[in-house]
Amino acid sequence: MTNTPFRRSRPVETSLSRRGFLVLGAGSTAAFLAGCGGGKGVGAQPSAGGEFTGKYTGPPVTLDYWNGFTGGDGPTMQALVKDFNSAQKNITVKSNTVEWADFYQRLPAAANAGRGPHVGVMHLDQLATNAARSVIVPLDDVAEQIDLAESDFTPAVWGPGIYNGSRYGIPLDVHSLAMYWNKDHFEKAGIGEAPTDAATLDEACRKLKSAGFQPFWMPNQWPAHLMFFSLLWQFGGEPYAEDGSEATFGSAEGVEALSWMVEQVDKGYGPSNVDIDAQYLAFKNGQNSITWDGIWQINDLEAAGLDYGIAPIPTIGEKPAAWANSHHFFMTKQAAEDGNLANASKVFISSLSQESGSWAKAGMIPARNSAREDAAFTESPQAVLNDYLENLHFLPAVPGLGDITPQTVEVAVNEAVLGKASPEEALGKAQENATKLMQDNLEKFGG
Amino acid sequence: MATTTATTATAPSAAAAPPRQRRTNQPIAWLFLAPYLVLFGVFVLLPIVFGLWISLHSWDFTLPGKPFVGLENYTALLDPSSVSFDPFWGSMRATGIFTLFSVPLLIVVPLGVALAMNQRFPGRNLFRSIFFAPYVLGVAVVGVLWRFLLDANIGLVNHVMGTLGLPDATPWLSSVPEAWVALVGVTVWWTLGFNAVIFLAGLQDVPRELYEAAEVDGAGAWSRFRHVTLPGLRPVLMFVLMVTIIASANMFGQSFIMTNGQPGQETRTAIFYIAETGLQNFQMGSAAAASWILTLALMLTSVVVFWLFRERDGSKA
Repeated sequence: MTNTPFRRSRPVETSLSRRGFLVLGAGSTAAFLAGCGGGKGVGAQPSAGGEFTGKYTGPPVTLDYWNGFTGGDGPTMQALVKDFNSAQKNITVKSNTVEWADFYQRLPAAANAGRGPHVGVMHLDQLATNAARSVIVPLDDVAEQIDLAESDFTPAVWGPGIYNGSRYGIPLDVHSLAMYWNKDHFEKAGIGEAPTDAATLDEACRKLKSAGFQPFWMPNQWPAHLMFFSLLWQFGGEPYAEDGSEATFGSAEGVEALSWMVEQVDKGYGPSNVDIDAQYLAFKNGQNSITWDGIWQINDLEAAGLDYGIAPIPTIGEKPAAWANSHHFFMTKQAAEDGNLANASKVFISSLSQESGSWAKAGMIPARNSAREDAAFTESPQAVLNDYLENLHFLPAVPGLGDITPQTVEVAVNEAVLGKASPEEALGKAQENATKLMQDNLEKFGG
Repeated sequence: MATTTATTATAPSAAAAPPRQRRTNQPIAWLFLAPYLVLFGVFVLLPIVFGLWISLHSWDFTLPGKPFVGLENYTALLDPSSVSFDPFWGSMRATGIFTLFSVPLLIVVPLGVALAMNQRFPGRNLFRSIFFAPYVLGVAVVGVLWRFLLDANIGLVNHVMGTLGLPDATPWLSSVPEAWVALVGVTVWWTLGFNAVIFLAGLQDVPRELYEAAEVDGAGAWSRFRHVTLPGLRPVLMFVLMVTIIASANMFGQSFIMTNGQPGQETRTAIFYIAETGLQNFQMGSAAAASWILTLALMLTSVVVFWLFRERDGSKA
């Protein structure tokens, strides 16, 4: 569980007793009350902290730095922070790791109460939401100072970092869905090469099945919707309109994508009721031969000592495509209100952003084209995805979108894969709801 | 938590003593009550009223504008064509199903356990603590533990059932009604100790002489239970019933961790829905309105339960 960097829908509160919930509920309402008192008027943000020169010359400061690297990526980030701290005289960075699932609930709440971090890392698809909530501030001058140029990035990761004409995030990495397979199973079933399309995948599954394996467990929860998004893009569809006005994942392409997922269950390539995480745990235990999961699982699989192969997901639809996301550095409004803190934060961000080559040790793909020539990346397992980068798709930068996916797409995929509803039915209803919610959000964040 | 509730549990029998001097000591009583009343007012009463205020707004605390929308949040929850209607009433239904099946079990099973534990036998204290033990675990521990045990394909429960020749592919967590069996079963396992302890305390308050008198009159074990134990337990029974209904109606952690509300959203309970809407989707107004509707439903249930108990009293007298 700790290796899944952003499971959104399952924050686990610690020791919440059934009867204690009422009390806790009352307590947090009070905390929230207090939070409201601290909130200041928010609005459009000017560039913070005066002119940024790339050096910090002010008095000693301590920066609070929040991230959600709880998995195999954690130690790598700790090492980067430690290096930064020993290289800087007047800046001390205090790192605080919060599980991603809780991160996006806590960050706005803490920032609103004036107790948030100064800097942090968040996912690309959350930048617009938090920019709209005035939690984070524009970083155009940092981008300029570290020569962050569009040409050094894949366009897909560059674009969504911009909201309302300003850049809010400095990209650190790219991470996508990939296909993992058990080499031992493949050998026993007599499969020489990794499947690359629907036909070869089906053939591999048939061979594996007759060799006595359960070849391809289809999840119905995390990361099932990421598989669905990938397939949707492969078939030529789009999940959401770029302008946030409507959901389009229920299109013919969406139905085709989801039907393919259901088909894999119907063909008996895996059990029909896969519980949460079971497909991955079964893969790790050598019970499942093929699984699609994020590249952030690499370190976990390495630690498990499994003999696995990794490749881009096969092209099931008409063109190669896979879901991807990206970690971005951000700076909060709280840091922006103090010139010294703002400058120190920017120094930290620009310094770590340039270390993104060594970040490959965390199992991620460095966001910068130049950093991908670093040996830390070229010798890593995820380097097989280097040529696939142009096929990666990111969700559009629409505020509030991150809250809509779990209520709609995830439910539809779950129902269809479990056989409780047909793909048309499930997606149709979810799309209708998602469009309504998106319209509400346009009004909410626009006004 | 358990201790404070346990003290209130004995209160009904203590209250039976006539309060003779209460009137003269009123100021002192308020003085003694003050510390609790302050906490109650600040942390319970005030948030409840504030919740009502929030429910009349489109409230996202991270945004500067929190427009007043009147009863719109309520009408949306009651309007079948709105986006929130199906999810909300689906979650109310889930809460209803869970309460309906867990409450009878959480009354009958702990009562049986308490009766057994009230006997004199060697190792009694050990058994008492064994039954109470799961209750000290947090919901996160219980949830994660059973999520792995009950996993349909890689879980221990299905594996053991398979080796015993029973069905070994039961989808405990991803299909209904299996998921309800799992959720109710785990909850009973987890919390029966609490109710059992209260029943046990109640049993020890039933005067021994009544049993002796009944025995002299030639009453068998069943008659003694029916005519001595049950009437003696009535105030305790009523308390346990109310507390259990409220606790079951507030079920959240188990389905949150074990089933994540699936299949679809069928095991997503009302509190689950409220938490998700308010804390994850930042729609505090709608979540507060949903809380109020749930509260009203619970109040109504409480009235019905009280009425049921009164009715039986009346018919007997």
